[in-house]
Amino acid sequence: MTNGKIVSISGPLVIAEALPEAKMYEVVRIGRDKLFGEIIELHKQLVYIQCYEETQGLHPGEEVFLQKEQLSVELGPGLIGSIYDGIQRPLDFIYKQYGDFIPKGVDANPLPIDKSWQFTPLLKPGDTVTPGKKIGFVQETESVKHFILAPYDCEGTLQSIQAGSFTIRQSIAQVKQDDKVRDLFLSQTWPVRKSRPYLNKLVPDEPLITGQRVIDMFFPVANGGTACVPGPFGSGKTVIQHQLAKWATADIIVYVGCGERGNEMTDVLMEFPHLKDPKTGRSLMEKTVLIANTSNMPVAAREASVFSGITIAEYFRDMGYRVALMADSTSRWAEAMREISGRLEEMPGEEGYPAYLSSRIASFYERSGKIKTLDNDIGSLSVIGAVSPPGGDLSEPVVQSTLRVVKVFWSLEDKLAYARHFPAIHWLNSYTLYQKISDAYYAKNVDPAWPTIRETAMSLLQKENELQEIVRLVGTDALSEAEKLIMEISKSIKEDFLHQNAFDDIDTFTSAKKQFFMLRNIITYYQEGFEALKQKNILTEFLMKLPVREKIGRVKYIPETELDQCDLSDEIREAIRNISQMSEVSA
Amino acid sequence: MIKEYKSLTDVAGPIIIIEGVEECSFGELVEVYLPDGTIRKGEVLEAHKNHALVQLFEGTSDLNIASTRIRFKGKPIEINLSPDIIGRIFNGFGKPIDQGGPIISEKSVSIIGNPINPYSRDYPSEFIQTGISSIDGLNTLVRGQKLPIFSGAGLPHNEIALQIARQAKVLGKEEKFAVVFGAIGVTFEESNTFIESLRESGALERSVLFINLASDPVIERISTPRFALTTAEYLAFELDIQVLVILTDMTNYCEALREVSAARKEIPGRRGYPGYMYTNLATIYERCGRIKGKKGSITMMPILTMPDDDKTHPIPDLSGYITEGQILLSRPLHAKGIYPCVDVLPSLSRLKDKGIGAGKTREDHANLMNQLFSAYAKGREVQELAVILGESALTDLDKLYMKFANEFEEKYVKQGSYENRTIEETMDIGWDLLRILPVHELTRVREEFIEKYYKKPGA
Repeated sequence: MTNGKIVSISGPLVIAEALPEAKMYEVVRIGRDKLFGEIIELHKQLVYIQCYEETQGLHPGEEVFLQKEQLSVELGPGLIGSIYDGIQRPLDFIYKQYGDFIPKGVDANPLPIDKSWQFTPLLKPGDTVTPGKKIGFVQETESVKHFILAPYDCEGTLQSIQAGSFTIRQSIAQVKQDDKVRDLFLSQTWPVRKSRPYLNKLVPDEPLITGQRVIDMFFPVANGGTACVPGPFGSGKTVIQHQLAKWATADIIVYVGCGERGNEMTDVLMEFPHLKDPKTGRSLMEKTVLIANTSNMPVAAREASVFSGITIAEYFRDMGYRVALMADSTSRWAEAMREISGRLEEMPGEEGYPAYLSSRIASFYERSGKIKTLDNDIGSLSVIGAVSPPGGDLSEPVVQSTLRVVKVFWSLEDKLAYARHFPAIHWLNSYTLYQKISDAYYAKNVDPAWPTIRETAMSLLQKENELQEIVRLVGTDALSEAEKLIMEISKSIKEDFLHQNAFDDIDTFTSAKKQFFMLRNIITYYQEGFEALKQKNILTEFLMKLPVREKIGRVKYIPETELDQCDLSDEIREAIRNISQMSEVSA
Repeated sequence: MIKEYKSLTDVAGPIIIIEGVEECSFGELVEVYLPDGTIRKGEVLEAHKNHALVQLFEGTSDLNIASTRIRFKGKPIEINLSPDIIGRIFNGFGKPIDQGGPIISEKSVSIIGNPINPYSRDYPSEFIQTGISSIDGLNTLVRGQKLPIFSGAGLPHNEIALQIARQAKVLGKEEKFAVVFGAIGVTFEESNTFIESLRESGALERSVLFINLASDPVIERISTPRFALTTAEYLAFELDIQVLVILTDMTNYCEALREVSAARKEIPGRRGYPGYMYTNLATIYERCGRIKGKKGSITMMPILTMPDDDKTHPIPDLSGYITEGQILLSRPLHAKGIYPCVDVLPSLSRLKDKGIGAGKTREDHANLMNQLFSAYAKGREVQELAVILGESALTDLDKLYMKFANEFEEKYVKQGSYENRTIEETMDIGWDLLRILPVHELTRVREEFIEKYYKKPGA
């Protein structure tokens, strides 16, 4: 091991000398406490290191040790249900070992090394092993079958393979490769800044079903797609991220808490084990990996945390799973980049962010996608990133760089949040580029009328926005009866459909079928009402007073088990026709 | 042996540079000896092979290049802790300024502190009744939360903070309770109001005060909240005390931070504040909370005055991204004579959902809260509309909403500064107000609660 010496320390930036063998992005350990760091700049004499831990107490002259490897994560059984810091140190282990606070220079193995796993081979001796091939599996939790993939530099013939109980340090198979025999293990490492290889990318063709009405119906994200949620503080970014982590129909969830509140991670940790996955009925924690770099933890590790997270996510994708990664918040990651860049005295780009900000963001989101794995499976990785723009100003560099690469934009509005209209996703400013995919999917799997219902609802909302302008100028009296009906129906769409209470046991998740019923109820009301108004001159005021209207608003609280009660379209039709007839009689 | 240096080379603003330093570490405590015998304290901001950059907490006036002597203390800035600190008053740098003499310490602790492991945190979920309806009913405070008051110059933020300190309690429990008060660059009068009010309510002997007045050294303000929080951590997690930390005014803290950053010629972020201000503020705010298996807790109420009442100014903006909600004070409400002038719509408590409901407050709390918010938001819209178009242009329903909004401000938000409402009283006022509206407007409330609370007045 070669060692150099510290020359200077300024916050998370450490400069060292006498390291001629140092390589770019190599991991180093710094000083007496063996703090983790990564080389980020090389000069003839000096090496610039970003330190992933608090540097207080370091002094010039202390030693720096090269580790001969890039910043990597260890991948294998034991990942699921874990909570890691930004450089994949298990926080539960640190808690048991060191107590309530995180000390410096902690050395901890990412995966439990003494735990045995029951390994079942899928290949037999004599079979050919190619990179990324599934050689066997470990049933890691009830919901996750953890496939063991051949490392990417492994190509040869399987000499032997053993079923049985193994720890991650015990050899499970031997491969003959170029006249040498190499051992295979349950775990492997991968450098976080490099994306894992796959055969080829595919175009996403189905929506990620989230159970969130405004998302599934109006702004769906595809399996393997990307979305961003920018919004000022208090607009509900984190709640949306949590809701997606809870209810999205993904096989594996990777949740990266990047520079956010400690209590939010605690919330996930305490709540997830008790929540049931709507698909499997098993605890959500059995398919979740958490990465927590809270805002008070060292800033450089924040930059690493998103990469650690996405590498773990890619690993599960390579087994043929549908993986969803939530990053909350990418702004903190960008700020970490800015801080390091400032210390390096780089020429700043916009608002002090480094000039490479947008290329970094793009390269992160581009690691998502639906792919064909090296073993010819289909896997997908969806990425949903929260952005916290200062002052809620969407023109700032992080939002703008993100919008250039993501395909779905959920615009959070503080005005909606103030009225406690959650999710505060604005229906006119948001957009999705996966509409066609989702329309086709839902038309096929839920109801052929799905696209028309959605379009009608959206055009009503748009129309209402225009009418609002008029109302603001001259008052409601200037509206025609038909326009008044549009106003009332739009209000109903907002209140009874778009508004969804994440903290209500029933309302928190809505199946696609129920979503369809809910919206169709309202649209039927509109269509029938419009006919009645046109044919029989029934005033909007009377139309809106029907008792069935109140019922529409209560559908959200009907449990999924009583789905047939959610469809009120016949009842609505009858009610409106009744008053039409009554008006005929009285006339 | 501790070496003494006389090799001061540069002095600029609060920053000094010392050359030929053989051994100093990042974040180390520095003592600077002036020729007249005064000692000033500083902290190493940059440690290089042969020089060090040091920020002085008490300013650099009277420093002389030739005659100043400097000592590196070989340890970070520390505070002496023992149970005796309860009831004492310190300056902004942890030095006792009451008549009680020095603290005989049980232990010395670095004021920087280590981050709490997210895994060891316990989620805050105990409802704190403050007796203020706009907080209890709508922006509920829970134990272990950090809930700042975003205020403006001339608004009664101190009065509200004091009312909370006076009345806050967890229902049905008698526990050890302490207030840690950090005054950061406030005027003598403000700080005196706090001390007097704490004394009046008998809370002073259960308080620890750190006072940096407007006339005290500016850079000292960077360390004041850290002294306060290190003390709070000690009281909460070692002595099992329920601690309420009040920090006022965080705006002054951020300004001190900006001053140091400017002196170091760093690339400024928004409005000249340093790019790392978010992280820096987080190392203060995130020190509050609860820890699994510990009886004590730290609840924090930082107060900050928003320059020009602008919520998007970097100080409130970055704070809002770290804290668990905010209580926003409104100048128009204050002008209407409403105390406490809490603007409930942009105010928020992120942790309320775990602290309310059956067994904690009442089963209908969440529904009622959402309905009040949505009705008041609608009412406010109508109020604005009425200003433009005149009341005659409103529909009957709109008029009801307007009536609701006005009465909501008068009856729900407004209360006396010594009025301590129970949560039941607060919720009953809420239902009284909702009765102004027809039942089909109450879409955020479950049917069973409408039956139970809306339809049966007085039930």
